Amino acid sequence: MSVAKWWRELPLHIMVLPGLIFVLIFSYTPLVGLVLAFQKFSPFNGWFGSEWVGFKNFHTAFTLPGIGQVMWNTVFIATLKIIAGLIVPIIIALLLNEVNRVFIKRGIQTLIYLPHFLSWVILGGVLVDILSPTEGIVNTMLQGIGIKPIYFLGSNHWFPSVLVGTDVWKEFGFNTIVYLAAITGINPSLYEASIVDGASRWRQTYHITLPGMRSIIVLLATLSLGNVLNAGFDQVFVLYSPSVYQSGDILDTMIYRMGLENFQYSLATAVGLFKSVVSLLLISISYWLANRFANYRIF
Amino acid sequence: MLKLSIGRRVFLTCNYVFLIGLSLLCLMPFVNAVAISFSESSAVVAGKVSVWPVDFTLSSYKYILNSHIFLQTFGNTLVRVALGTSLNMLMTCLLAYALSKEKHAFRFRSFYVWIFVITMLFNGGLIPWYMTIKEVGILDSVWALVLPGAVPVFNVILLLNFFRGLPKELEESSFIDGAGHWTTLWKIYLPISTPALATIVLLTMVGHWNSWFDGLILMNKVEHYPLSSYLQTVVIQMDFTHLNQKDVQLLGVISDRTSKAAQIVLGALPILLVYPFLQRYFVKGIVLGSVKE
Repeated sequence: MSVAKWWRELPLHIMVLPGLIFVLIFSYTPLVGLVLAFQKFSPFNGWFGSEWVGFKNFHTAFTLPGIGQVMWNTVFIATLKIIAGLIVPIIIALLLNEVNRVFIKRGIQTLIYLPHFLSWVILGGVLVDILSPTEGIVNTMLQGIGIKPIYFLGSNHWFPSVLVGTDVWKEFGFNTIVYLAAITGINPSLYEASIVDGASRWRQTYHITLPGMRSIIVLLATLSLGNVLNAGFDQVFVLYSPSVYQSGDILDTMIYRMGLENFQYSLATAVGLFKSVVSLLLISISYWLANRFANYRIF
Repeated sequence: MLKLSIGRRVFLTCNYVFLIGLSLLCLMPFVNAVAISFSESSAVVAGKVSVWPVDFTLSSYKYILNSHIFLQTFGNTLVRVALGTSLNMLMTCLLAYALSKEKHAFRFRSFYVWIFVITMLFNGGLIPWYMTIKEVGILDSVWALVLPGAVPVFNVILLLNFFRGLPKELEESSFIDGAGHWTTLWKIYLPISTPALATIVLLTMVGHWNSWFDGLILMNKVEHYPLSSYLQTVVIQMDFTHLNQKDVQLLGVISDRTSKAAQIVLGALPILLVYPFLQRYFVKGIVLGSVKE
């Protein structure tokens, strides 16, 4: 009996096997490599031959000058992105819901989630060009109405806003569609009943549409909590320069420069491990909340 | 039809104006890039180009299509997209099928699912990841861009949930007719999941086309870069340290603003071409993830 069962399940094990091998090599081996964080790594001695130094790398990393600023930048930029990325799509979805002409509605939808599918390299290339202080179209237009050119990507005053603004610009279309789908799912008889009762458009929005979107809003809000340390490596890496490190350098970009430009492998691994551990905690909490308040299960 | 009140009409007009303005805001930067790419350099430098090319010319595109480094990296990306998407889809289908089984039909299901899900929750970070790939010995080859990401766990979960939403009777009748797991997957599950698969294929292709960071750190020579990595380093950052002598002569051309724009436009073009298809399946794709029992 047991043998027969094994035999029946064998094809399923074979189907899992290749994926399992890939994951063991490329996802689990790096976990072993985390030992680097506790060593004074030297490439000649490898992962296990290097000298063990306990938590010294963490101590070094967290007493680096500027680490506080980097942490602050990371959390600040990520939090602003999360908040703006939640609110803007809700507003746009509500406004889009008021558009009756299907053709126009679909046209707008098509255009607003176009940037979502392009990479930060393409968007970065375009943004660097249009935001250029001397030649870019944005500053040309600003000059047209009498405002002095602004060096958006080179000034610490503007850089975080540019990051948040362009991130919202890239992603709001995607979440707008998600919210619109939720609105479409609301039972039309609710609106009919409220109209009979004399409810205005505002009251309909407030008492029917928004409650109808509530569960998806709660879900997206809780899940986004896991991103508090993800300020968007791709975007920052493409747009930043040494002159805006003060306001734009984030954990991920710092790890990159430490590890792959300055070859401080152990230090970079230690900072990376710190980020992974905190992120794991945040993701766990966010999944727990999502499960609790939005009845969400990923599988 | 009820007559609309004045307040309502004012609101609707403002709403249309606002939303159409917003969509133009999403489109304008690309229109600007396209306009620049088709304009004469002198007109661009003078700041005359906004939405329409000034002194229309194809010269930037001619330069680029003669630049062997652009064509080479473009080709690298095509290889990467083809190899990567095939491997990703193979893994996704096999894993999603096996892991969609109920516990009584596949006793190790939960164990395997956790092994894969953990990789989404926790990772070793950049440096150990890089060193692992180096140790495997695939640095500087296309395999470095394809193998480390062979298992797209998120897509596996999407398809797994989709498979679970299919009627149980399909599988049962297939088994009664004497089919095994392989035949059931190949002849029953995959054919009825075409829309779901199309969504995942398109998203996977877009993902491979767009990714640039792995190319940047895992490849040593610009000739081996995928297109996005080349655009990032050479075109946007203007970092020429990895270029060889012959290509350095092209610098003047590469860094010209019109040909920069042209290269970016060409880099985005394939995405724009598949965009209508993406869009069609896109909403289905969102629904796909929420199909559960």
